[in-house]
Amino acid sequence: MAEKVREIVLPGEKIGNTKTEKASYGTYIKDQDIISKFLGIHKKNNDYISVIPLSGIYTPKKYDKIIGIITSVEKAGWIVNTNSPWKGFLSLSEGVRDFIDLRKTDLKRFFDVGDIIYTEIVDIRRGDIQLSMKSPNARKLEDGVLIKITPSKVPRLIGKEGSMINSIKDQTKTIIRVGQNGVVWLTGEHIEKAMDSIKLIDEKSHIFGLTDKINNFLSD
Amino acid sequence: MMRTDEKLIIKGKRLDGRKAMDIREMEMKVGVIPNANGSAYVRFGKTTAYAAVYGPRELNPRHLQEPDRAIIRCYYNMAPFSVSERKRPAPGRRGIEISKVTKAAIEPALFLKEFPETTIDIFIDIIQADGSTRVAGINAASLALADAGIPMKDLIIALSGGKINDTLVIDLCGKEDNCSNADIPIAFLPNTKEITLLQMDGRVTPQEVKDTIKNVLNAGEQVYKKQKEALKNRYK
Amino acid sequence: MKDYILDLLEKDKRLDNRKLDEFRKIEIEKDFIQRAEGSARVRLGKTDVIAGIKLEISEPFSDMPDLGILRTEAEFTPIASEDFFPGPPDENAIELARIVDRGIRESETIDLEKLCLEKGEKVWGVCVDIRIVNHDGNLMDASALAALVALTTTKIPKLKDDEILREDYSGKLPLKHKPITISVGKIGNKFIIDPSIEEEKLLDSILAVSVREDDKICAMQKGKKPLNMEEINKIIDLVVKKSKDLRKLI
Repeated sequence: MAEKVREIVLPGEKIGNTKTEKASYGTYIKDQDIISKFLGIHKKNNDYISVIPLSGIYTPKKYDKIIGIITSVEKAGWIVNTNSPWKGFLSLSEGVRDFIDLRKTDLKRFFDVGDIIYTEIVDIRRGDIQLSMKSPNARKLEDGVLIKITPSKVPRLIGKEGSMINSIKDQTKTIIRVGQNGVVWLTGEHIEKAMDSIKLIDEKSHIFGLTDKINNFLSD
Repeated sequence: MMRTDEKLIIKGKRLDGRKAMDIREMEMKVGVIPNANGSAYVRFGKTTAYAAVYGPRELNPRHLQEPDRAIIRCYYNMAPFSVSERKRPAPGRRGIEISKVTKAAIEPALFLKEFPETTIDIFIDIIQADGSTRVAGINAASLALADAGIPMKDLIIALSGGKINDTLVIDLCGKEDNCSNADIPIAFLPNTKEITLLQMDGRVTPQEVKDTIKNVLNAGEQVYKKQKEALKNRYK
Repeated sequence: MKDYILDLLEKDKRLDNRKLDEFRKIEIEKDFIQRAEGSARVRLGKTDVIAGIKLEISEPFSDMPDLGILRTEAEFTPIASEDFFPGPPDENAIELARIVDRGIRESETIDLEKLCLEKGEKVWGVCVDIRIVNHDGNLMDASALAALVALTTTKIPKLKDDEILREDYSGKLPLKHKPITISVGKIGNKFIIDPSIEEEKLLDSILAVSVREDDKICAMQKGKKPLNMEEINKIIDLVVKKSKDLRKLI
């Protein structure tokens, strides 16, 4: 059965007019035309025209909650892989609540190379990403598996008020954490089935009826 | 380049049956190399090119980084079996020059300020050569960049023009390229018609050059259409 | 991910549900590059490799004045992986080319005697060029298979005086044998065939074996950590068995 595809627009395609509409994410203005920057899905919210790219790397933003991997332990903090071309830095003061005597403490006690953390971006300064573990849900994620999806598809994976991700969690009996950087952590019973549904969403985010498709897949 | 008196166009028909303003059969596919952030395959007749985009990604050594934008690096190369006489694997002086002009053809179409300190690497590989390879490569790169989710002002359309015997033509194949009076590869951005690649090899009048550019911008609409189809087909 | 893969292996399972001795989906395309005298493309799962064959007139080796020449090179083209960069072949590309070469040469696949044009002066040189299009593990087996299939499609150009008439052929490249190369990887005490890229990173050892259709072993190459004799014997038997399936595809 042919899948109905949501409206796909191309880079350079004119999709609106500044006289009647407002340019939002994924577009630029030339003269009075609103033009798409991406190969992506065309969205119109009230008068705001935006384009959600169908692919692309993660570009870190302040207040994003991401899943990172510790890549090195430094003197006063840790360097973190953010699944982007820019490294994250978790300072000692943002990583640990207690008072630490650096002369006596090995920072590896808290986070070691390879540890996976659910963390928040608190500041971005010229490509330097500052992370913090002080937000309510921030924690180390022990065991489990990681997979990656296209970062722009994270909202689709989560669904309206979490409906999609909760559906997957319930039907596969897994615990899943989704980072806005496209990194997803899972643990639990039917991990493969959960991973397969997540991959399916990543591949088919552009079709209508994705929710039904996923529910069908999960109930098999 | 050899110029000969060989008949390449007789009564308006070229060696492969085409008319002067006909483009060879085109085939374009997007998303052909799973490892790349974006990729594409483009064929004009027998000329076949792959392009792969890796990035934006971390750039080392650090002194190459630009603090406020991404840099782009372009690398064009041909497979040893892509040409009649086997070619040594290294790109050589021709490959390095083509890499440079390809980069200049592509850069104006990209929004680079959104990715400080990174690099966007564009690799073009020619699997079979039958004239106008750099142009096939640029079309493939345009598709690969869009496939990679790189923000672009526009797609980049490329096509060659030239003169064989006494006729202005477009999309020169290998034989025509070797025996032409002029070979003019051109790339442009379709919305604004700004020309981002312009080279020439040959001996023709200024009017002939201007006419060739016009011919290419015209016929380029078909290449543009093909690129758009290929991108939409990626998500069918 | 590493621990997850190792856990699966303990239960004789793999990430993509394959059996330990199962190849990924194999796709073969033949003779699709007209400029080349022979060509083939092999896909093992997402690994994608092209082999192109060019024939040139060469001087024979002084100690083999009436034999044609074989030369094999491989390029890990930067399009194929974020880990490949422009530049001359690194040790991995060179090793791969040499193993493919040995598989073809030692098995006497090409009838080099029939490639002599003028004893001591002129012979046909067969250049096998391997080009990686997408690296998803096991470039070795994909390349060896692509090279062999490309050789089966190879035609010899006509000669007019001393000039090669490209794309005008006098006949096919004379082949005597069909060697198959299979690499077997060892993780812990499990042996796996056709490792994917994630599995490759976890291999303790790897042994590539080239076997001819009469079961003669023509080339071998061990990589990474040591293997004991039992393990090697086991691998050889496994390769001889599996090579028959693979050879049917040619």
